[in-house]
Amino acid sequence: MRIRIRHTTSYAYDRPVDYAAQLLRMTPSEHASQRIRSWRVTADGKALARTDDGYGNVMHLFTVARPHQGATIVAEGEVETTDTQGVLRDSIERLPPRYWVRTTAPTAPDDELRSLAREIETFSDPIVRLHRLMETVRARVDYVVGVTTVMTTAAEALAKGSGVCQDHAHVFIAVARLLGLPARYVSGYLWQGGSETASASHAWAEAHVPEFGWVGFDPANNICPTEKYVRVAIGLDYGEAAPVRGIRRGVADEALTVAVDVQPAQAQQ
Amino acid sequence: MPGVAFDEMGEGEQGRPQYAQIRDWLRATPMDLLAQKRREAEFVFRRTGITFAVYTEGGDPDRLIPFDIIPRLLDAAEWNLLSRGLEQRVKALNAFLRDTYGAREFVRAGKIPEALVLQNPGFEAAMQGLSLAGGVYTHVSGIDVVRTGPGEFYVLEDNCRTPSGVSYMLENREVMMRLFPELFGTHRVRPVSHYPEELLHTLRSVAPPACMGEPTVALLTPGSYNSAYYEHSFLADEMGIELVEGPDLMVDDLVVYMRTTRGPQRVDVIYRRLDDPYLDPLSFRPDTLLGVPGLMAAYRAGTVTIANAVGAGVADDKAVYCYVPDMIRFFLGEEPLLANVPTWKCAEQDDCRYVLDHLAEVVVKDVHGSGGYGMLVGPHASKAERETFAEKIKARPDRYIAQPTLSLSTCPTFVENGVAPRHVDLRPFVLYGKEVRIVPGGLTRVALRQGSLVVNSSQGGGTKDTWVVDG
Amino acid sequence: MLSRTADSLFWLARYMERAENVARLLDVGLRMASLSSNPETDASEWHSTIVSAGCEKTFYAKHETPNATNVVSHLVRDPDNPSSIISCLATVRQNARAVRTALTTDMWEGVNSTWIEARQLKDENFSSEGVRTLLEWVKERSQRFGGAVSHTMLRSDAYWFVRLGTFVERADNTARILDVKYHVLLPRSENIGGILDYYQWTAILRSVSALRAYHWVYRDRLQPWHVADLLILRAEMPRSLVSCMGEIVTYLDRIGDAYGKRGEAHRLAGGIHAQLRYGKIDRIFQGGLHEFLTGFIDQNIVLGAEIRRQYLT
Repeated sequence: MRIRIRHTTSYAYDRPVDYAAQLLRMTPSEHASQRIRSWRVTADGKALARTDDGYGNVMHLFTVARPHQGATIVAEGEVETTDTQGVLRDSIERLPPRYWVRTTAPTAPDDELRSLAREIETFSDPIVRLHRLMETVRARVDYVVGVTTVMTTAAEALAKGSGVCQDHAHVFIAVARLLGLPARYVSGYLWQGGSETASASHAWAEAHVPEFGWVGFDPANNICPTEKYVRVAIGLDYGEAAPVRGIRRGVADEALTVAVDVQPAQAQQ
Repeated sequence: MPGVAFDEMGEGEQGRPQYAQIRDWLRATPMDLLAQKRREAEFVFRRTGITFAVYTEGGDPDRLIPFDIIPRLLDAAEWNLLSRGLEQRVKALNAFLRDTYGAREFVRAGKIPEALVLQNPGFEAAMQGLSLAGGVYTHVSGIDVVRTGPGEFYVLEDNCRTPSGVSYMLENREVMMRLFPELFGTHRVRPVSHYPEELLHTLRSVAPPACMGEPTVALLTPGSYNSAYYEHSFLADEMGIELVEGPDLMVDDLVVYMRTTRGPQRVDVIYRRLDDPYLDPLSFRPDTLLGVPGLMAAYRAGTVTIANAVGAGVADDKAVYCYVPDMIRFFLGEEPLLANVPTWKCAEQDDCRYVLDHLAEVVVKDVHGSGGYGMLVGPHASKAERETFAEKIKARPDRYIAQPTLSLSTCPTFVENGVAPRHVDLRPFVLYGKEVRIVPGGLTRVALRQGSLVVNSSQGGGTKDTWVVDG
Repeated sequence: MLSRTADSLFWLARYMERAENVARLLDVGLRMASLSSNPETDASEWHSTIVSAGCEKTFYAKHETPNATNVVSHLVRDPDNPSSIISCLATVRQNARAVRTALTTDMWEGVNSTWIEARQLKDENFSSEGVRTLLEWVKERSQRFGGAVSHTMLRSDAYWFVRLGTFVERADNTARILDVKYHVLLPRSENIGGILDYYQWTAILRSVSALRAYHWVYRDRLQPWHVADLLILRAEMPRSLVSCMGEIVTYLDRIGDAYGKRGEAHRLAGGIHAQLRYGKIDRIFQGGLHEFLTGFIDQNIVLGAEIRRQYLT
């Protein structure tokens, strides 16, 4: 399926800010189930210099080193996807699967996560475990917007029993790692077929199973990613895969506007 | 068990030849004159402001590290062995780092457990697949060496992140030359004062390939509240480079600049004395105010060199330490010139059992600890202390290693009631740029309490001037 | 030079100058207070001192009616007042420590020993008898610092930024000291030009060490417009606004030459300096002295901000 994406992030400050830097991971990765037909990342209309991180995610750094009161970042392009039942094929992996069992602060286990791991452990086949885990996470954490933040940990989200896709992914990852299964966070886009654009930015998880390799699991929707998913960046947790990490110098209030438009390419003129 | 320690000066009339004049000098100099010289030395240190803040409660932020006025001597043959061994070791550590963030052949060949590398807190995935100028990771290493006999040197630990202490090496020499010019008349002591020049040369030699003309080098410090701030400002001054704090730098279009009164000035090489997690809030700890936003992106884009490299800490981990002799064999095809201290890895069951059974004889170290914190010196610990430690080991065996209690060599030291032997170690500083350079000597640390084996300045250790003498 | 270093040098000099000027302002206050024993005018005089020191906000957050005790305490030792003398000296030390290698040994030792002595001050040093000695000590320390700067510093950008800090602060302060008079009410029984009025002008002149200079320049009895003329327009008077601006223009030019670039700060400073050089005192009085001084203080603040933007960030 061909998917067109336009992701606009605008900042407005109420007073001039001397300096701002935004680290962007907004460029879809390329592998067998996902081909990029066109893509570009611009800020205030200008193309940005690009580099990558240790995992191979494409990074752009957007900096403004003079007093300014706002900026607009646009990531847009067209991606062609194939349904592989969630199995990732021919992705370039710079690190072996065993790397992805490292614990990070947002995915650190607590007693509740450990007891959830013990529940799942009763299934012996890893792929069954992971599916079971995905269902359980969805059942235990309701999809509720606004109760968690980007700082919420897996343990907190599970204790609250509610959260958004980021929290579902963190809980899934934390438990998978407790079971000794390599797992990672994926940020990307999802075409949901409707007109809701706000939720088109999405996050899910991938776990490594010896016989299949990396397999995607979207606990928020309780399915493995299909051709409606566009995979952008990976990381040990949200912080490493976040579309934008930014900082600024100067005292000002910030107004942030994000618009994500995901459409099948055929629907475009 | 420690027996009688090897003494650097040697016993009786014979003694070791390089100390002949020192022996005569100590014999001829009245104690009250030595005491007066020590007071003078202390006065000089205090006036220059060389202090060392200790991170413990009630620590005096302007405390001086005690300085002992009796030098520690190494002859040319000893230094020759040491310097060749150090060069070999640092080359192997560097090769290991390059391999770790590249093809991981060492792991693939089964020479080190994969988990010890990939799960290591010092392993930094952000370094994966990045090629560094000159392939250098450990531009400045401090290798801690101890001695147990005439030709018996052991490497106690490697410091590949931001080793400190070199300013003491330089200041100790300055003070000795001022206080005892006559001793420098009777000894041919190899100079150390060119260290800052060598350091600057090393740093410039690893500027990014795209850098045109004379590279601009800056020293990045966490700031004046850091315990080693004096050293940072001292080195920056001696090298004639800017001493910068995070907010003095900024990244624009993937290039690092200093904020100067003439406007932004490009920086090619950053000699950082700031730990990895604080370097860049956009890549590491988001709450750090000490770092430079976007620095890692610029680093990965190849526009700036960071010395030492990010992620170098995986090489100086105390558990990885056990594998350094194998690194030397694997990467260099040589036999190690300097031995490791035999080490038990508590992560391995048999070793762990041995350690728990012999706690009263061994030294146990936290693999991620430094500065002498979190360690147990078995023979000197109480039963209760050993029991508490045993629980810690049982809870996280992978966090601990143990070594036999080495009988560290002693060196005559001026203490309260005269001159007496005290245990010493040695931290030489190894520079690695286009080639390896080592300034002869290093920092000798001395445990001032009788019988103590802990030389760390944070634990009440002192320092001595270290002389490599010819002829 | 790092902008942070220049910034610390600039503020180091400003706060040292401010400590001296707060001491001078207090000196005027104490002199005026000793002239009257009328509680109504007394409060108004102390109010004027607070206003001139720019400390209304911090002062009235803590005290209701100003009097000798609470004003002295607030301006000398209150740690919550960033412009109190002790706060100024602490800020000086802090900035000096941050740029220690950019200072000469004489400068550092001057700053450091001042701070060490300041920390040892006892309550009696702040009593109405002790405080005059303390104020003299502050002036002496500030002048010793100025001496160390002029006698030991290399004439390069570090020196120029120190000088800019000194003169931006001094200009601000001369304007404020002169403005004290505006805020002081004369008792109803007193006339403008009367004896109390006369002594008040004398106090102002003394506080800027200019009483003798006044007689030398004007050879006349005290006239308000002469005092204003001396402190605003006379180039030979080292604390006058025109002198301070002249120095600022000079050092900005040195920096501009060295860096091969001039900016908005140069334009602003040049403009203010020209106004003063060609200014006439009767014109100033026609528009109102207070209005003129307030306007000047605002312009000087803008200039400080522009120097900061151009070089110090």
